[in-house]
Amino acid sequence: MSLLEMKNIRKDFFGNQVLTDINLTLEEGEVLGLVGENGAGKSTLMKILFGMDVIRDTGGYEGDILLNGQKVDFKTPFEALAAGIGMVHQEFSLIPGFTATENILLNREPRKKSVISEVFGERLDVLNRKEMTRKSEEAIRKMGVHIDGDMVIHDMPVGHKQFTEIARELSKDQLKLLILDEPTAVLTEKEAEALLASIRGMAAQGIAVIFITHRLQEILDVCDKVVIMRDGCVVKDVPSGETDIPEITRLMVGRQMSSVLQTEIRDNPDAPIAMSIRKLWVDMPGETVRNVNLDVREGEILGIGGLAGQGKLGIPNGIMGLYDAGGEVTLRGEKIPLNSPRECLNASMAFVSEDRRGVGLLLDETLEWNIAFPAMQIQNKFLKNYLGGLIKWRDEKAIREITQWYIDELAIKCTSSRQKAKELSGGNQQKVCLAKAFALEPGFLFVSEPTRGIDVGAKSLVLNALKRFNRKSGVTIVMISSELEELRQTCDRIAIVSGGRVAGILPASESAEQFGLLMISQVK
Amino acid sequence: MSGKQQNAGKTAFTFLRNNTVPLMFILICAVCIPISGFSPSYLLNEIITRLGRNAFLILSLLIPIMAGMGLNFGMTLGAMAGELALIFVSDWQIWGIPGVVLAMIVSIPFSVLLGWVCGKILNMAKGREMITSYIISFFINGIYQLIVLYLMGSVIPIAHSSIKLPRGYGIRNTVSLLNMRQCIDNLLAVRIAGVKIPVLTLLIIALMCILIVWFRRTKLGQDMRAVGQDIQVARDAGINVERTRIISIIISTVLAGFGMILYLQNIGNLSTYSAHSQVGMFCIAALLVGGASVDHASIGNVFLGVILFHTMFIVAPQAGAVITGDSMIGEYFRVFVSYGVITLALIMYEMKKRRQKANIGEQLALAQKEEEQHE
Amino acid sequence: MKAKLASFVASFGLPRLIITGFLLALFILAPIVGVDLPMQITNVINRFSWNAILVLAMVPMVHSGCGLNFGLPLGIISGLLGATLSLEFGFTGPMSFVMAVVISTPFALVLGMGYGALLNRIKGGEMMIATYVGFSSVSFMCMMWLLLPYHKADMVWGLAGKGLRTTISLEGYYDKVLSNFLQINIGKISIPTGALLLFALLAVAMWAFLHTKTGTAMTAVGSNPTFAKAAGIKVDKIRMLSVVMSTWLAAIGILVYEQGFGFIQLYMAPFYMALPAVSAILIGGASVNKATIVNVILGTLLFQGIVTMTPTVMNSVIHTDMSEVIRVIASNGMILYALTRRSEVSR
Repeated sequence: MSLLEMKNIRKDFFGNQVLTDINLTLEEGEVLGLVGENGAGKSTLMKILFGMDVIRDTGGYEGDILLNGQKVDFKTPFEALAAGIGMVHQEFSLIPGFTATENILLNREPRKKSVISEVFGERLDVLNRKEMTRKSEEAIRKMGVHIDGDMVIHDMPVGHKQFTEIARELSKDQLKLLILDEPTAVLTEKEAEALLASIRGMAAQGIAVIFITHRLQEILDVCDKVVIMRDGCVVKDVPSGETDIPEITRLMVGRQMSSVLQTEIRDNPDAPIAMSIRKLWVDMPGETVRNVNLDVREGEILGIGGLAGQGKLGIPNGIMGLYDAGGEVTLRGEKIPLNSPRECLNASMAFVSEDRRGVGLLLDETLEWNIAFPAMQIQNKFLKNYLGGLIKWRDEKAIREITQWYIDELAIKCTSSRQKAKELSGGNQQKVCLAKAFALEPGFLFVSEPTRGIDVGAKSLVLNALKRFNRKSGVTIVMISSELEELRQTCDRIAIVSGGRVAGILPASESAEQFGLLMISQVK
Repeated sequence: MSGKQQNAGKTAFTFLRNNTVPLMFILICAVCIPISGFSPSYLLNEIITRLGRNAFLILSLLIPIMAGMGLNFGMTLGAMAGELALIFVSDWQIWGIPGVVLAMIVSIPFSVLLGWVCGKILNMAKGREMITSYIISFFINGIYQLIVLYLMGSVIPIAHSSIKLPRGYGIRNTVSLLNMRQCIDNLLAVRIAGVKIPVLTLLIIALMCILIVWFRRTKLGQDMRAVGQDIQVARDAGINVERTRIISIIISTVLAGFGMILYLQNIGNLSTYSAHSQVGMFCIAALLVGGASVDHASIGNVFLGVILFHTMFIVAPQAGAVITGDSMIGEYFRVFVSYGVITLALIMYEMKKRRQKANIGEQLALAQKEEEQHE
Repeated sequence: MKAKLASFVASFGLPRLIITGFLLALFILAPIVGVDLPMQITNVINRFSWNAILVLAMVPMVHSGCGLNFGLPLGIISGLLGATLSLEFGFTGPMSFVMAVVISTPFALVLGMGYGALLNRIKGGEMMIATYVGFSSVSFMCMMWLLLPYHKADMVWGLAGKGLRTTISLEGYYDKVLSNFLQINIGKISIPTGALLLFALLAVAMWAFLHTKTGTAMTAVGSNPTFAKAAGIKVDKIRMLSVVMSTWLAAIGILVYEQGFGFIQLYMAPFYMALPAVSAILIGGASVNKATIVNVILGTLLFQGIVTMTPTVMNSVIHTDMSEVIRVIASNGMILYALTRRSEVSR
């Protein structure tokens, strides 16, 4: 009997199928490597296994999960924990001012009873510090990597925080299965090696491990078997001895070329350089990049791709002044001052942010305001001047006209141009963001994750609108996306960012495997 | 060598920055004490009196700070609960130490109820607890007035006409507590070189400190610290965040109620409608003067704060009068300083939060530079 | 029908409904218990004219996302400085009002800029710090009123010959200058046209400002500061502008209040003046991040209506004056309600 068995797991988010017929088995003490591009469905699968709220809130899942042959259906992560499943998430879940020991035993502290607690309830038990130290030391020993239990978390190097989280899971006596979601992403090489050794140690003690990472060598080094996912399906389930990195890469990103609608691709090496980026660093939390050197050619659509968290989003956000940045950016020979959105916009650049709700839209205001606002503020459009320009009055009529024009042009579904932005669907909100940028009539456009969170139909509408805008008006576009396929459909050239730097630039016609290799080339 | 010096300079600077407020106060006191011309024994006497009067009240602020709810401006609620209890006890004519003890017991249900309401409301206003607790204190003050001024004697039976307004209902502006005045302070009191030391009061305060130290080591205390530092992590670990926060406010309110009763037995009379109105402000100011901040406060801060703040309070009017010839200047000065200290502490807290975020960019530029040098 | 009613209650807010209902009840009760209604209406209109500009001062900071301006006393102090200096310099009659406005303006600008710079450095904690900036500045000015070298006999303590009095009569200066300007009397009701006109002028100016390019930017900054930043708006500058506007309006507001009231009140008087203004605009339907001119007018009318009507009507009904208690509970309850709403942006 297997420790864990997942049978025909299916899951959709509002009609959008993200997992199709997933089958998985895992034995006691086995290490399973789970790989796939972002959006392949790995995290959704793990969320289902771990009973996360988001799954139930979006309508649950289909299929069966069997633990030791017993069917289980966790309502909360706490039930999963009680059943012996532990998970180390990508984001740290640690109390910064507590020591490692306190964090390891957070809310499971050993206590001593006293007279007071007998009367007033067990929350007045005194913590048993000695026992806490003993238990945390035991967990740290089990892990096999030494960390100081008395050290306060915010004084720790980031790797030790990761180990603290792992030790927390190991301190749970019932632990049978541990899920590690990209645990090596924040570790130094030495620490990563130590972690791999510790995974082997855990397996030897009979704990099964599901190990998610983009570093394929680690998978081959430590796992018993590899499961490769793509587009919500398991494409291969194979013992790690019977495969190699090129094959895994191909399976991860590879698709039949025929399925991709190849539109016209231009690769014109003689075109003048529109924008040149030198030695750019950007401090965007979770998406930092450094030493970026990149040339964007006049009139092309340049794609920037790469796995999540590798820094591709940092490039447009840094150049457009939304996050701290340094380095040199020139647009058609003019130097662009960094950290100043105003100067960028004045230089006829525009940006469609990946964070629609946070940055892209005034959710509480009308479509009219959303679309006209930047053009009004930057270029004094849609304004009536009185008293020789002293009073710049909002020209509601002009605003309504331009909004209506874009509503028709981009087929934005809304009740009227005065509807509030928050009432639209994701796809239509995205179109509003595009309209906002188009209304600036930019000479250079950054578009970040234009299809994130919108359904398939809306996706192609948005991508077509972009392509049309580029081909019609000759505007240079830099498009950033996590989805390689849509980059290959839309762009002329594609740069891949990996490990916080540009790993390479290839024409969009290049094979998916080549891009795949670049994507994981410097992953850390 | 120079690196060491630089380091020492940096440490000194951090020390100065973290202790601006207490240092400032030491300076103010150092200047004002000689000018005021008070004798040391008079000063000492006053300070010890005020220590006994106020320390318990200020201790009640510690627990919400631990639970990350900031300065509990809602401690006024506890003060009101204590006053309600005292009104009842004086109506029942139970005096002396039994009266004080009974008042404390009677105050508990009021405090728990008010603390629960306050905690519930604060859970609905996460992120702006302080302004909300501040407004709550005004709101509940309205309700308190409604009860004491209109319902007592008409709906709620009040037997003794001595505390009732002449019109037959409502409580007089002042309720005399002469019969329990300083009953706790005087029991076991000793005089050393003319300085009266209220031993029992100080013992009670010491006991409270021990209780707080003990509380920090309990499971509930640990949970509160966790909730105070990161609500989301605490919730993920299975701690009932909302309940923990409410409990911290309830404890604070109950303690504030006790503190107010101790405070009033020292004063010896109760200004029914105004005794509580300033108490929150003065306690918070004193705590901050002792070096506490919005997210961190220790028992040491409480005592240092009481001593420094009240020294200033005693000497400022006299010193002001000597300097300007107008005694009102000193009165206004100490009010200004109280508000100024709270303002300063709030500003420093918010700026510290922002400063912590600012460093990452610099580090990144540095890393890139290092890398270039290697290449 | 029931659902419609429920959604109306939800959007209007239960406290607001209770307060409106309470005021209506007072109006209905008034003639029954024999209260002089025209006189009451005159009172309400008068008090509206005194207070409306102070409430209007809330609007710019709410629009720019700085929240409710609990630091209103800072602006009031600018106004008080203008008023006392105008008198000290010997201006009388209507001229003293004009000069008070003129003199208080630079104070309001400078204090507003300092206040704005401070608020820009502590984004997210504005309301609490604003409250205490107000308190500190009032208590600081308490010392200054004593120390500043004022000499005008009408204003200083008679015996000492220095230090300003706590209340200074405006008779012979600008007492009722606006209220009496073009005053209309219909039967027993009298309307302080001048004061209402000044409010109308400022309210229209505010409305117009919100329709200009900069005004639009201000609303956007309040609605989503990151959006505004990405659209090239200098967020800090706009916030600063809103704080200066608010402070200046508070200065003008207190001058108008004084001309109606007839006295300058110094020392601790400005201390709690922010709270009535804050609760008035909230009662009028504003929230922590949205406010309109209609909210100002409606809120001031409702709030002042309750303040003036409760004492008289309640007195006639139950022969006790519970108005103070009711005012405290209603106004602070309203502020509490607004603070505990999740901000309307569904982020």
